[in-house]
Amino acid sequence: MSRSLSRVNNTIHETPLAPLHIELGAKMVPFAGWNMPVQYTSIIDEHTAVREHAGIFDISHMGQFFVEGDGAEAWLNSLLTNNVAKLGLGEGQYSIMLNEQGGVIDDLILYREAEGRIFLVVNASMIDEDFAWMSKYLPEGLNLRNESDQWAAMAVQGPHAAALFAELFPGQPLPPRNGMASWTHEGELLMVCSTGYTGEEGYEFFSSSANGSAWFQRFIDAGAKPCGLGARDSLRLEVCYPLNGSDLSPSHTPLEAGLGFFCDLEKEGGFVGSEILADQKRDGLQKRLVALKYTGRGAPPRAHYGVFSKEGEQISELTSGVLSPSLREGIALAYLPLDHAKIGSLVDVDVRGRRFEAKVVKKPFYKKA
Amino acid sequence: MNVPDHLRYTSDHEWILLDGDTVTVGITDHAQEELTDVVFVELPENGRTCDAGDPVAVVESVKAASDIYIPVAGEIVEGNIDLEADPSLVNTDPYGAGWIFKVRLKDAAAVDALMDASAYKGLIG
Repeated sequence: MSRSLSRVNNTIHETPLAPLHIELGAKMVPFAGWNMPVQYTSIIDEHTAVREHAGIFDISHMGQFFVEGDGAEAWLNSLLTNNVAKLGLGEGQYSIMLNEQGGVIDDLILYREAEGRIFLVVNASMIDEDFAWMSKYLPEGLNLRNESDQWAAMAVQGPHAAALFAELFPGQPLPPRNGMASWTHEGELLMVCSTGYTGEEGYEFFSSSANGSAWFQRFIDAGAKPCGLGARDSLRLEVCYPLNGSDLSPSHTPLEAGLGFFCDLEKEGGFVGSEILADQKRDGLQKRLVALKYTGRGAPPRAHYGVFSKEGEQISELTSGVLSPSLREGIALAYLPLDHAKIGSLVDVDVRGRRFEAKVVKKPFYKKA
Repeated sequence: MNVPDHLRYTSDHEWILLDGDTVTVGITDHAQEELTDVVFVELPENGRTCDAGDPVAVVESVKAASDIYIPVAGEIVEGNIDLEADPSLVNTDPYGAGWIFKVRLKDAAAVDALMDASAYKGLIG
């Protein structure tokens, strides 16, 4: 037990909400260089609250960038996989930043707040790398700003999330799915985006850093359950949303990750890495990120556990895994060679020398009834 | 925090109940509260002979797998198979129905070297 109970506290960053998390009784753990709440009461309770009611997550560790200027849309279109030209004002989309070899640097959501003004939300661990990469390609006349330190961010997710918003902001409409809105509330600039990482209805809410804790508390007072990164991970895995650094990496393309829907290979001028993706699409994939589900009971699957063919040959390792709180079954993701990646294919997952059978299933594991 | 007086304890947050030449081992209330949501327990094989400190079982929460060490040398004589159907017994009744395994002692005196309740209370503060 001692190994799991004694925590090494090599904290680098804290969000402005950290003192509130501690006051709320959160267990804090280092994640991607940030000291973050992994849970407050119980991962299963927090997970269930999001599926059935509403939960709130501190996501202030994530990065907020703005790109401004004439042609901001066209420039981002040449840098990212999805088609920015499809976005109307106030609309957002999931997109991916690739290296020149077509591997994933980061996945992100961008919102076209106004003509020539784009808001991007990037992963915490990638803020510096993304900014450096974008700066390298930035043309004259466009302004790229990293405002990550100025914003507090929280995700409010679950079937009751919209009702909480209406209670806190009467008369302020929530944008449609994937949309964003900004407005001034009692002198403070606020933003809300109807996106999330849980598979539930909900939104991501942005305020000034200084007011983040007060807003987080107001959502809790209105009925949202504070939720940590533990539940965030189990929720996103149930709906097969990839986690960069685990399921996505510079050594895998988004086509291999099953994200072809978000890569517009037809758009004019292409994007960084698009030629590699086009070649890969033409020649066929060698491996694919698949959803694996245990066929029986077993020890919880976790990232890096070995995946074996039924003939006993190691063919891969898990990139993510959890005992699904909603389904009560072991679920995982892994890149498998194509001949093992068909729906219904059987493999074994090695847990400390014991083998548990898993089947390739259709994504996602969990779908709203 | 519940720390029963009649048990012995280890710094790895296990409790030990002595009964003749056999001990029952589980994890403490403090440990289960730290772990929360036990979703799986891997039991040791019966008949296995172990040295004190060997990892013999694994308790898993949603987020992490934690080794359970055998606190005294001996032979594993029983694992709590009820935990296979309901691992959350470790959370709800850590000193009772949530026991994990039983060991036939090589040397009964080894138990005397383990912490008593007041020493363990001091450890967890």
